[in-house]
Amino acid sequence: MSLLGTGILKGLGVTLRHFINTYAEDLKYLINKSAAPQPRPLRRQSPKNKGLVTVEYPKERLPLPENFRYVPFLVLDTEKQEEKCTSCGICAKVCPPQCIWIVRTEDPVTKRPIPQPKEFYIDTTICMNCGYCAEFCPFDAIKMDHDYELSYYPEEQPHMRLVHDKAKLLKPDTYHASIHPLDWQRELADRAAEEAKKKAAAEAKAKAEAAKPAPSAQQPPASAA
Amino acid sequence: MVMAEETPRPETQAASAQPSAAKPAPAAKPAAAAPKAGGHGAAKAAPLATLTPDMQQLQQHFGESVIAPAPYVGVLLQDKSRLPEVATYLRDELKYDSVTNLTAVDYIKDGYFEVVYHFQRSTGGEPLTLKVRVPRPQGNDLSEPVPSITPIYAGADFQEREVYDMYGIPFSGHPDLRRILLWEGFYGWPLRKDWHEAYYEGDTKPFDSRWPGGHHQLAEERVPWADNVNYPPGFDPLNFHADPDAGLYDSMAEGVPGLKVVTKNGYGETTTTVLGNGQALAEEEELRTDQIIVNMGPQHPSTHGVLRMVVKLDGETVTDLKLVLGYLHRNHEKIGERNTWLHNIPYTDRLDYIVGMANEWGYVLTVEKMMGIKPTERAEYLRVLMAELTRIQSHFWAIGFLLNDLGAFYTPALYFITERDLILDFFESVTGSRLMCNYFRFGGVSRDLTEAQLAQVKELAFERIPRKIDELEELLTDNEIVKARTIGVGYLPADRSINYSLTGPCLRAAGVPYDIRRVDPYGIYDRFDFEIPVLYGADVYDRYRIRVLEMRESLKIVQQCLQQMEQTKWGDIQAGKKAYNHRVPAGQAYARVETPKGELGFYLVSDGGQNPYRYHIRSSSFINLTSLKEMVVGHKVADAVVILGSLDIVLGEVDR
Repeated sequence: MSLLGTGILKGLGVTLRHFINTYAEDLKYLINKSAAPQPRPLRRQSPKNKGLVTVEYPKERLPLPENFRYVPFLVLDTEKQEEKCTSCGICAKVCPPQCIWIVRTEDPVTKRPIPQPKEFYIDTTICMNCGYCAEFCPFDAIKMDHDYELSYYPEEQPHMRLVHDKAKLLKPDTYHASIHPLDWQRELADRAAEEAKKKAAAEAKAKAEAAKPAPSAQQPPASAA
Repeated sequence: MVMAEETPRPETQAASAQPSAAKPAPAAKPAAAAPKAGGHGAAKAAPLATLTPDMQQLQQHFGESVIAPAPYVGVLLQDKSRLPEVATYLRDELKYDSVTNLTAVDYIKDGYFEVVYHFQRSTGGEPLTLKVRVPRPQGNDLSEPVPSITPIYAGADFQEREVYDMYGIPFSGHPDLRRILLWEGFYGWPLRKDWHEAYYEGDTKPFDSRWPGGHHQLAEERVPWADNVNYPPGFDPLNFHADPDAGLYDSMAEGVPGLKVVTKNGYGETTTTVLGNGQALAEEEELRTDQIIVNMGPQHPSTHGVLRMVVKLDGETVTDLKLVLGYLHRNHEKIGERNTWLHNIPYTDRLDYIVGMANEWGYVLTVEKMMGIKPTERAEYLRVLMAELTRIQSHFWAIGFLLNDLGAFYTPALYFITERDLILDFFESVTGSRLMCNYFRFGGVSRDLTEAQLAQVKELAFERIPRKIDELEELLTDNEIVKARTIGVGYLPADRSINYSLTGPCLRAAGVPYDIRRVDPYGIYDRFDFEIPVLYGADVYDRYRIRVLEMRESLKIVQQCLQQMEQTKWGDIQAGKKAYNHRVPAGQAYARVETPKGELGFYLVSDGGQNPYRYHIRSSSFINLTSLKEMVVGHKVADAVVILGSLDIVLGEVDR
């Protein structure tokens, strides 16, 4: 039979510990800021943290994990200087709120579609940031961006829009590689494997050709004996 | 899967505003044609269900002319007037003591509505499916009434009101049949197949206007005002008068003298109705007391979302309580019919938005049941890992906000939100988003863990979370104020709880060991050594304590899962090919999972196409609220807030 009030005192002990820790953690690196193993936002949001957890946005920002997804962007192949998108339309079909509009380019003579988008719109007011477009694109042409600071004052930034067209959506693959390093490695590895496969197939074909006896040796003996 | 002829979609073509996209109505397509993107499948003869022993007993008792096997699953009650008798027999003889799901389906081509009941035993097992048909009425008329089973199963109350609201099927004998998710005065029955929402674009996604159409248009520009919005015949906006609270206060008027309800229409014209019967509650010699009606919510810091509680107070004591729901109603089930099977997964995240991945599992489980695919082993482990971490973070939130409701303004809540945030950081690094995870896929999950993420979750599961749950208990469990305010408050005995179809921690705190992970097992939960904690107080204090015990059990599961997962193959997270245009074979399924709030079930009907024909969510928070009145009446108004907090509802799941 414990004294009435011990429960509350135990609880107050917990809050007192938290209170002291909020100062103790920061005091460790107050004098010598460079001795800290990580910058302050990462220290404050780490599982080992005991003190304050506040990250003073916008002065400090947490680094985002690679898989973080906000709105999509189109990847520009910097080597070939063209977008990787072929306007196949899979992203538009797979988008749950249907926020992607794509116009295919048509060959002016034959009227058949050319694998390049003439127009590409993403309505960010509709986008639900699910990431399906990036997940199901067969050409690694659309990826999820990390930029979440998309609000603007129209008078100050008259070029900004909430409906992103192709010009706003296109970003170089170097940017994609910088924010998605693992995915970029995977893409390079896939491309290398493709190349290797093609080379092997071409070599096998060349070998098969060489193995066939030359046609001249097959000629029937000349009638003139 | 042979694709039979596709019926043309005249609605899409009529609504299409772009002349360039106008297509001639296709004639009967040859069977060899490539399946069109989107759309429902063709009707085929459905196989009749095989009867379980319980259904056979039911059939023997009532006769084959009354109980017949239904298509796909369950039995069909062919004489709906005998429904109360059948329900009583099910409850008393066959011991199916709760109605776990009550919904309806509109079979427009066959000309009837089918009301579907799922009865469940609290001791476990598969639910028993019962179907009742009513002919489809003309236009927007009400259909023939179906007898209400609310007098027999109290948990049918809100569910029948929802069927009435969405389909226009009245239930005769229901104590308070009013719309529940929409407001009185709303015109139309939204889940009927011929009802179009405002800005309706097409019956099924994907829409051709996106690709190969391609010209972006805001919805408001595509649909000029007054076009494509259904107005009732004879609608005159200047004289339109709707009372959204019609019928709400009527049954509460006794003892509230002079209760005046004043309504204003858009032009400032007021109508005053006096409902109170003029009788005071008690007339003492000097003291004359009245009761008053107070609206708590929908804007209120402690209603856990936009919930409106109308309480009748005698001083500080609550004598009656009514809930007004629907402030977060988003027509999720109709959108579910428009979406493809894959599209629905991120939408389920937004049901109970605190526990995204638990909802996804329920939906994915039901679809996998219909498609007959089994996820890979590593995917199963990842699913359990995510689901149990979700349970821990949800209980952190729930306990934090329960303490908020008690008045401990934000200190415990913020301590626990901090811990929850570390779990959400793990979710963000794996799935891309803290809450709207979109992680589960049919046959597996979308991504595997990296070494760094595995280290992150191990640090949480083995170091931080166990310490913090101990700290939580140190802070709260023996606290005298918490005990004084929560012990004995909100008592609802086990048999009443079961009759109200209450599920989740609140039921387990009343002494009923009902947890879907044991009752109707799914996933690989049989590989883990964990207990289902049960307490017997059935009050707020035990509901708090049981959540802490559940967090400890979930932590055990997470730790075992991380250890066992090392035996599985890295990267093997998807059974079958990655696809986006699934066709689910025609059929029906009801499957459920144990989310932190209770039993979350999905009733899906497929007609073989790329879009669900019917998509219904058996929402635990919605049904748990049925019992709120009985728990609260007799307590003080401050306790009403605490009892609501102990039920742990999330309005995204309540209103959908």
